Amino acid sequence: MANQKSVYMDHSATTATDPEVVQAMIPWFSNQYGNPSSLYKLARESKTAIENARSKVATAIGAKPEEIFFTSGGTESDNWALIGTAFALRKKGNHIITSGIEHHAIQHTCEYLEKQGFSVTYLPVDESGKIRTADLKSAITDGTILVSVMFANNEIGTIQPVKEIGKICREKGILFHTDAVQAIGNIPIDVGDLNIDLLSLSSHKFYGPKGTGALFIRKGVRIDNYIHGGGQERRKRAGTENVPGIVGLGTAIEKVTRNLEDNSNRIRVLRDRLLDRILSEIPHTRLNGHRTDRLAGNINVSFEFIEGESLLLLLDHAGIAASTGSACSSGSLEPSHVLLAIGLRAEIAHGSLRLTLGRENTEEDNEYVFAELKKAVERLRAMSPLYADYLKKRSRHV
Amino acid sequence: MYSEKVMDHFMNPRNQGEITDADGVGEVGNPTCGDIMRIFLSVKENIITDVKFQTFGCGAAVASSSMATELIKGKTLEEAWEVSNKAVAEALEGLPPIKMHCSVLAEEGIHKAINDYRIKQGLPPWEEKAGHHHGHDDGTCET
Repeated sequence: MANQKSVYMDHSATTATDPEVVQAMIPWFSNQYGNPSSLYKLARESKTAIENARSKVATAIGAKPEEIFFTSGGTESDNWALIGTAFALRKKGNHIITSGIEHHAIQHTCEYLEKQGFSVTYLPVDESGKIRTADLKSAITDGTILVSVMFANNEIGTIQPVKEIGKICREKGILFHTDAVQAIGNIPIDVGDLNIDLLSLSSHKFYGPKGTGALFIRKGVRIDNYIHGGGQERRKRAGTENVPGIVGLGTAIEKVTRNLEDNSNRIRVLRDRLLDRILSEIPHTRLNGHRTDRLAGNINVSFEFIEGESLLLLLDHAGIAASTGSACSSGSLEPSHVLLAIGLRAEIAHGSLRLTLGRENTEEDNEYVFAELKKAVERLRAMSPLYADYLKKRSRHV
Repeated sequence: MYSEKVMDHFMNPRNQGEITDADGVGEVGNPTCGDIMRIFLSVKENIITDVKFQTFGCGAAVASSSMATELIKGKTLEEAWEVSNKAVAEALEGLPPIKMHCSVLAEEGIHKAINDYRIKQGLPPWEEKAGHHHGHDDGTCET
C-alpha cells in the first residue's frame, strides 16, 4: 500500500532525530574527524565540540559542565551509576533501595548487584505507580548507600515524587540516583533544587541520535569506573568519544529544553483529547498510571477481553506504531512487571496499549488513531471467548 | 516476526465464531497467560461438518486457531485427533519459537472438543496428552 497513512505514537521507545540535530552532527562524521585526545588543530576542534555539548547538557539540568560524563546511552549510564557507586561505597554499606517499576536497565543491574552480595529493597508502588515516601523512609538502614528511583516511568508515564525523595536522601546522607531517560525534554529538571546526585539521560528519547547518553555525577560523589581503558572523560569513562553523537546530544537537549513548557503543554492537550475519547467511547477500558502526574505524551490503557499483541498487529496493519505491556509481544510469558506492580490482574495487563505522543503528532493523527483503535478493539472482542461470556452473562442479568 | 501465512490467518481468520448448538466444545488456555482458545464442533456420522473458534490471544494464537479449524473441517474424528501442533505450525509456514505453545494450544483445544463430543455421546474419552501447555495450577505461565 503505497499511500497508506502512517502515524508514529511510540515516542517513549525512540524519536526521530531532529533535522537541525542531524545537520549539526554531519561535519563531525566527515571533515571534522579528529580524535579529541590528539594534539593537533583538527583534534582540538573535536575536543571543543565535546566541551560545548557538555556545557549544553549541564545548563539543561542545572549542573556544572565537569559533572557531565558522556556514555553510550541510558543503559550504560544506569549500569555505571549503580555498579560504580555500589562498589565505591561497599565499605560503608551494602544496601540499595529502588522501586519495583524501574526500567530493566536498573532492575537487572540491581539483580546483578544482589548476586555480588549487595542487598536490594524494591519499594512497592500505589495503584497510580508512585512510591510512598513513608516506605522509603522506613526502608533506609544504617547500611543504605544508594537510592535509585526513576523520574518518570517509561510504560505508564507516572512521575515520582522526586523532590521529596531527594530531600529524604540528602537529610540521611544517602546518594540519590534517578533514571531520567523519559523525563528529560518533558519535565523541567534542576539537579540542585531536587537534590539529585546522579542522573541518567539518553539522547534518542528527545530527538537526538541513538547510541549517546550522559551520566550526571555530582561533584564529590565517589564512583568507580565502569568502562576501563584510556583517559577520556577526565579518566572516568574510557573510549574514544562519539563526537557526532555527543554534538547531536548537545544540540538536541538545548533545543528541547528551550521550548520545553510550550511543547509539553501542546502535547498534553493533544494527549488528553485522545485519552478522553478512548476512555469515554470505547467501553471496558481503564487508564493505567496517574491521571495528571504523568508524562505529557503518555497514554496507557487496558482494554478488557483482548490481548495487546494482536491489537498492535492490527494497528500496525493500519500504519500505526504503538506498544503494549502484554507478555506476548516481549518474548517472555509474563506481562509487564510495571502493570502487575500497580495491581493489574495479568489478563488486564495483557490487554494494555501504550501510545506515546510527540511533537510531530497532530489532531488529524488523533482522529485516525482513535478510529482505527476503536475498529481494532471491536474486531478482537468479536473473536474473544471472554467477551462472548461477558455478553451472555449480561443478557442473563437484564 | 510472523510468516505471511500467519499474518493472512490473523488478518482474515477462517471459521471464527460460535456454534450455538455445538456437538462438542473444547476450551484451553488461561487468561493469566494471555491466551484462551475455544473450539466448537458439529459432528455428523463421525465427520466434522462444521467447526468454529473463539480466541483471546496474540497473533499466533488467532492464526493457530484459524489454521487448526481449517485442517480438521470435513475430517473424521480419528483424522482430526491426529492433527498435531507441528502440523498446525508447519501449515502456518512456521511460528517463532516463543509462540510454539500457541499451536500446542490448538491441538489441545481440538482434543478437548472431540472428547467433549464423545462424552456427550456416552463414549469413553480418548487419552489426551499430559497437559504440556503452561500450567494453570501454580499460577505461572511457563511452557
